[in-house]
Amino acid sequence: MVKELLLILIGSSLVNNVVLSQFLGLCPFLGVSKKTETAAGMGAAVIFVITLASAVAGAIYKFILDPLDVEYLQTIVFILVIAALVQFVEMFLKKFMPSLYNALGVYLPLITTNCAVLGVALTNVQKNYGIVTGIVNGFATAVGFTVSIVILAGLREKMEYNDIPESFKGMPIVLLTAGLMAIAFCGFSGLL
Amino acid sequence: MNREGERLINGIVKENPTFVLMLGMCPTLAVTTSAMNGLGMGLTTMVVLALSNAIISLLRNIIPDRVRIPAFIVIIASFVTIMQFLLEGFIPSLYSSLGLYIPLIVVNCIILGRAESYASKNPVLPSLFDGIGMGLGFSVALTMIGAVRELIGAGTLFNFRIMPESYIPCAIFVMAPGAFFVLAFLTALQNKIKIAGAKKGKDTSKIGSGCSEDCMNCSDKGCAHRVIDTDSKPGETLAQGAERREQETEEKIEKEDN
Repeated sequence: MVKELLLILIGSSLVNNVVLSQFLGLCPFLGVSKKTETAAGMGAAVIFVITLASAVAGAIYKFILDPLDVEYLQTIVFILVIAALVQFVEMFLKKFMPSLYNALGVYLPLITTNCAVLGVALTNVQKNYGIVTGIVNGFATAVGFTVSIVILAGLREKMEYNDIPESFKGMPIVLLTAGLMAIAFCGFSGLL
Repeated sequence: MNREGERLINGIVKENPTFVLMLGMCPTLAVTTSAMNGLGMGLTTMVVLALSNAIISLLRNIIPDRVRIPAFIVIIASFVTIMQFLLEGFIPSLYSSLGLYIPLIVVNCIILGRAESYASKNPVLPSLFDGIGMGLGFSVALTMIGAVRELIGAGTLFNFRIMPESYIPCAIFVMAPGAFFVLAFLTALQNKIKIAGAKKGKDTSKIGSGCSEDCMNCSDKGCAHRVIDTDSKPGETLAQGAERREQETEEKIEKEDN
């Protein structure tokens, strides 16, 4: 059991990196990676939301959709639950944990319809993960997101002072960097 | 030209979701490993986009503005589920190669974006054609990107051998990094056109105006959505709310100009 969870942890965070090999959550990956601090904040928010969402989605699938034989409703149910959950978390933090809200709050609305969150919930169902395994998979996926967005932000901070051809300024050079990072992450595939 | 035709051309050329607006980048990168996959994904998205646009436009005077996002999501997700079953039943090969990215059409920025910015305030027929136009534009773009990647990465096009036998395929182009490289060159080209256009004094504000540049500012374009919009007024329908928001943005722009 522990070995299996460990394999999922490494597999989902490094080998099948959510951004660099599955292209999920690309929007915040490119949009919020200008500074290392904001990237880390976004990463923390994503870890928080994805872990919570995979727990809730897993529970709903196991205790409601599966017993009632309505598995085909999973896409509709998951996306609504996730969107509502994110807004609920936002309101909850605002009211009860203002310090945490100040750190994560601005990023929460960006995650509502983030494909990474829905992607993890659907992958958990597809791979027949139980609730605990699903939570571990969600957490690992989000850690993978955080690792890659923080690395990209670090690289972008360095690149700011470089001399880049006019048409490659902005997004193109960031995408090239992401491509090189994806090659580097291909190296992890030997781990499993 | 009539309004429906104008919407078609608008979606394919003027506001092409991929090449001009840069919306919906996740599926664009993920499924364009071959021209066939790109075409399949594009057409599936087109059907969902056209039908959800039509239904949302039909319901625009009934859906309360305050709960528009959950309403949009339910409509879109229903069509996505239907498409998923149809593909599984009739084109199983495409179904298995697109995999997870079919249900993820729900969170494609283009669909929510069009629902919000066009279908919620226009009549049914133009909305339907807006969806078809945008979907065709998306299909053309995905097929083209897929064709380039397949040609360089495998030497084939729609599974037919194009390159001579001696050509050694550059396999990285069909792998994940290749997607980033292709998109990088595409955006570089876009930048070049934008800079050249700006020098001639053309309006280039639409180029790359999607979610690519700054996620923080794209809340109205489909990236960020709160389930219950606390800014909306109770009792308003979708169409009224859309009109009010449009007026407010116009006033804001006017203020900034002054």
